[in-house]
Amino acid sequence: MLTYLARRILLAVPTLLGVASIVFLLVRLLPGDPAAVIAGPQATDVDIERIRHQLDLDQPLWLQYVNFLTRLVQGNLGISTRSGHTVVEEIFTRAPYTIELALIATVVATALGIAMGLLASTRPNSKLDLGISGLAVFGISMPVYWLGLMLIILFSIKFHEWNLGGLPAAGAGDWAGFILPSTTLALFSVGLVARMTRSAMLEVLGQDYVRTARAKGANRRSVLIKHALRNALVPVITAVSLQFGALLGGAVLTETVFSWPGVGRLLVDSIFARDYPVVQGVVLIFAFAFILVNLITDLAYAYVDPRIRY
Amino acid sequence: MNLLGSPDVVVDLAEATATDTSGGRTWARLRRHRSVWVGVGVLIAYVAATLVLPLLLHYDPNRNNLADAFLGSSPAHPLGTDELGRDELLRLALAARFTLFVGFAAVAIGLAIGLPLGAASGYYGGWVDLLIQRFTDILLAFPGILLALALVAALGPGLKNVIVSVGIASIPAFIRLVRASALSIRELPYVEAARALGVPSVVIVLRHVIPNSLAPVIVQATLQLGFAILVAAGLGFLGLGVQPPTPEWGSMLGLSRNYIFSDQALVTYPGLAIFGAVLAFNLLGDGLRDALDPRMK
Repeated sequence: MLTYLARRILLAVPTLLGVASIVFLLVRLLPGDPAAVIAGPQATDVDIERIRHQLDLDQPLWLQYVNFLTRLVQGNLGISTRSGHTVVEEIFTRAPYTIELALIATVVATALGIAMGLLASTRPNSKLDLGISGLAVFGISMPVYWLGLMLIILFSIKFHEWNLGGLPAAGAGDWAGFILPSTTLALFSVGLVARMTRSAMLEVLGQDYVRTARAKGANRRSVLIKHALRNALVPVITAVSLQFGALLGGAVLTETVFSWPGVGRLLVDSIFARDYPVVQGVVLIFAFAFILVNLITDLAYAYVDPRIRY
Repeated sequence: MNLLGSPDVVVDLAEATATDTSGGRTWARLRRHRSVWVGVGVLIAYVAATLVLPLLLHYDPNRNNLADAFLGSSPAHPLGTDELGRDELLRLALAARFTLFVGFAAVAIGLAIGLPLGAASGYYGGWVDLLIQRFTDILLAFPGILLALALVAALGPGLKNVIVSVGIASIPAFIRLVRASALSIRELPYVEAARALGVPSVVIVLRHVIPNSLAPVIVQATLQLGFAILVAAGLGFLGLGVQPPTPEWGSMLGLSRNYIFSDQALVTYPGLAIFGAVLAFNLLGDGLRDALDPRMK
């Protein structure tokens, strides 16, 4: 296990380095003079020079790269050209909102998805099963940004018009503010988790040990939950973790829809403000978080299923 | 969002290679698949709408007419007018051209780069494989829309840059898929025979490996079209895609957000159009997969 752990972590290093290199190159991809683009059309020559110096753009490319990586290892992502705060500070003040949103959505999607998949697998090819499987295709085809707007129209605007109260459509005030954005994010993944649970369950339910458990008179519930579901969970874990990555990507759009003060919205705002240090920082953090989640998934995999050895 | 890029799905698809793709039986299975025909029907409706509606609705799609802004549906304007008084149905129909074009062009880029890289990775193995796989890992480390978003942030908005960005984001799914196919194809007797005859490996990859991986590639390309449209429209929604006044579903949805309290129809239609197109490609892709590989049912 320990060798596997070490190997797996070592394998992540070139990926991290590659991601950092791409993010480094992004700013250098800017058409024309990056310093002038970042400074904006109204900037004076002095402003442009200041930004050029601040972003290291007056150095040779290789030195910029070395400096970038050195600072990265030290946890220094640079300074926001818009606010003057460090990028790390900018991200960390907003990260809790995004993490809370993604976690709630993951928990909701996992719980609902597993329950629905379990239900579908007990009655394969029934109408219920077809409905649940259909939901998965709907889920991946649904533009999250549109789903969010539709929920706002129904639960915030229409409910308010009908004097039914109505849920907050923007901002992260209290718990009620979480309902619409986290539902939007969760609905996107529920169907997929359900579909994965269903197919894993169907495979496991056909195994000999399940028949044995039934034959020895174990009750239906305990066969389903204790014998089958536990063994079916391995592919479900993968689905959930992949979905977590998708949620991070989806958060960019969902946060924009709900004016949510998270990291995703920070990214979009920074793109428009040409605040490239923040853009770079957020993209890096999202990718690093995704790599980390995948790493943890692989380790969880090896832990849950002792047969898995690489 | 990028489920389609997940290695598990991709490997499963690859196993479907050349298993019973004999035309007759595949067609029979495809014909029974109702969802495929729903998908095909929706796509035909989109193509018909984008070709025919502009001939029937005699409006200028980009001419502002503030006196007619926010009109409800009427015989003159079946879906009403938008915030600048332009006919909503006409703009939706014209937008289908851009969206479908972006989707196909982006997938073409993904294929053009992903197919040869994947085939080389699987066929040659060794350090070529190692290098290409690390490259794939790096691209896959950006979840969902993030890679395309980061690229557009650097390249700037606009039709061409959206196609390039979404295209690059589509590459890894094809690499993984074709690699898995190539791994199994290179062990097959006819490839061994070609090698024994002294056929150069480049020719083997081009003449044998790639053509024989095409079944799962077609499935993946169909599903990837849905992904490309979703991402491209997402960029448009954020204001980073095709720029106004060019009609595009994502940017139409993004702009209509400002009027969500007064005109909810404007928010509903463009999203419904995106949803319908993506759903159609996903249904078609799922059906093709079932038809090409009955074991996956």
